Amino acid sequence: MKASLPLVVSMTLAVTIVYAAEQRVALKDGPGRDKVEANCASCHSLDYIQGNSPFMNRGVWDAEVTKMIKAYGAPISDADAKEIADYLAKNYGQP
Amino acid sequence: MPSRRDLLKATGGLVLATGGSWLASHAHGADAVLGPAELPEGMLSSSILEALPGKVPLIKKTWRPPNYETPVSYFNETFTPNDAFFVRYHLSNIPEVAASSWQVKVGGEAIATPLEINLESLKRDYEQVEVAAVCQCSGNRRGMFVPHVPGVEWGPGAIGNARWKGVRLKDVLTKAGIRKDALEISFDGADSGIFPNTPDFQKSIPVWKAMDENTLIAYSMNGAPLPHWNGFPARIVVPGWTATYWMKHVTSINAISKPFDNFWVKSAYRIPRGKFPLIDRFISQETDVNTPITEMVVNSLMTNITPGQTIPAGRRFDVKGIAWDGGYGIAAVEVSIDGGQSWRNATLGQDYGRFSFRSWSYPINAGERGALTVMAKASNRAGATQTFELIANPAGYHHNVVQRVALAIG
Repeated sequence: MKASLPLVVSMTLAVTIVYAAEQRVALKDGPGRDKVEANCASCHSLDYIQGNSPFMNRGVWDAEVTKMIKAYGAPISDADAKEIADYLAKNYGQP
Repeated sequence: MPSRRDLLKATGGLVLATGGSWLASHAHGADAVLGPAELPEGMLSSSILEALPGKVPLIKKTWRPPNYETPVSYFNETFTPNDAFFVRYHLSNIPEVAASSWQVKVGGEAIATPLEINLESLKRDYEQVEVAAVCQCSGNRRGMFVPHVPGVEWGPGAIGNARWKGVRLKDVLTKAGIRKDALEISFDGADSGIFPNTPDFQKSIPVWKAMDENTLIAYSMNGAPLPHWNGFPARIVVPGWTATYWMKHVTSINAISKPFDNFWVKSAYRIPRGKFPLIDRFISQETDVNTPITEMVVNSLMTNITPGQTIPAGRRFDVKGIAWDGGYGIAAVEVSIDGGQSWRNATLGQDYGRFSFRSWSYPINAGERGALTVMAKASNRAGATQTFELIANPAGYHHNVVQRVALAIG
């Protein structure tokens, strides 16, 4: 459901997001990590990246980043998207 | 490999979950509880046992949105405890919905009399029914695909079996005056994405499935209110079909006369056409190449053994497990202890209906010290059986490859 003010009022939904203690995911150090943390973590925890490793090659990581932007509407610039895919392929890609 | 800290957590979780007996009999199992060795290395090393509020420690796959898997030991019971039931969300904005203010709106162009139904009315104004049914994520066992495919890398525990109590969706749609031109019934739940352009998680099912007497709006699970993480206060229950259709925290139900246009139906949860031995079709959403996933494939799981475990020589040992399918009912479970050369029927446990887990057991009389490989293969009453070769598909659905567990005899 898309949040809207009348809805929130009529249903008195508590809009607090309730989670277990999400731990900070320490991604591997490398160029582009800051872009990953700044963009990807808005919508999902970064353990998604760890869990999907190390079996994806550059092409598959590219496709994942593109899917996040085109299908899921993530507001990521082209320049950041390239840095993110570079970082993921290098640090979490197929060895 | 899990870090030392993760192992300590895992051990703590096991003791909590089973009172410590599990560790004594399966000393090698501290790793195995986080998932089979086939999972991607990065999935295993980032998994921990962790308790969400109101839940026992489950296998944390991802924190946000929360995806938590049920450890296999819980499937030694035919009905999965509510506090051990798996958790799966697509989007991160998950409100806690208050029972007192919740209502579901029933409408759409193929409805004559739109309704707003609150929890009190749901319990008072409609016939109350209960069905035992398996709720299984479409991607259960995705992490065991060879080669791996992207997604939440589930082991075998994105599944559970419960007694769901509620009202028939059919009765609600009938009261709302569903019209003959209704093609699909669409659902929306209270959860949503963070950015406005993220497609909201909504689903639809064919009208014939919505009007099936087993399809429910459920508010109770195993005799208790739904846990928040499983859809409180009410969710859709579509027995036989994968959990993607079982909308949690349901807030609206629409009868529509055109194919539902939403990313989660049009693009996601699709399987190639013609590759799986399935019967139910979602014709209004089929394309030339793919189709929405529908019913679950026949499957089984051995629940009391893990690879490498030692069973005693010279004594009887009962292998236990569960079997399930898309609602035709389990006909037989066959077990092999010689690597698949010969098969014998397991003894099936109590029948709780064709949508439920069916428990089974098989006695092994291990004579000499050595090793053996146990395999289990379920068949359903529609004549389908588990596969020996993975049926490849891009999203990693319907993994029902016959399981092989190598045991030591000592």
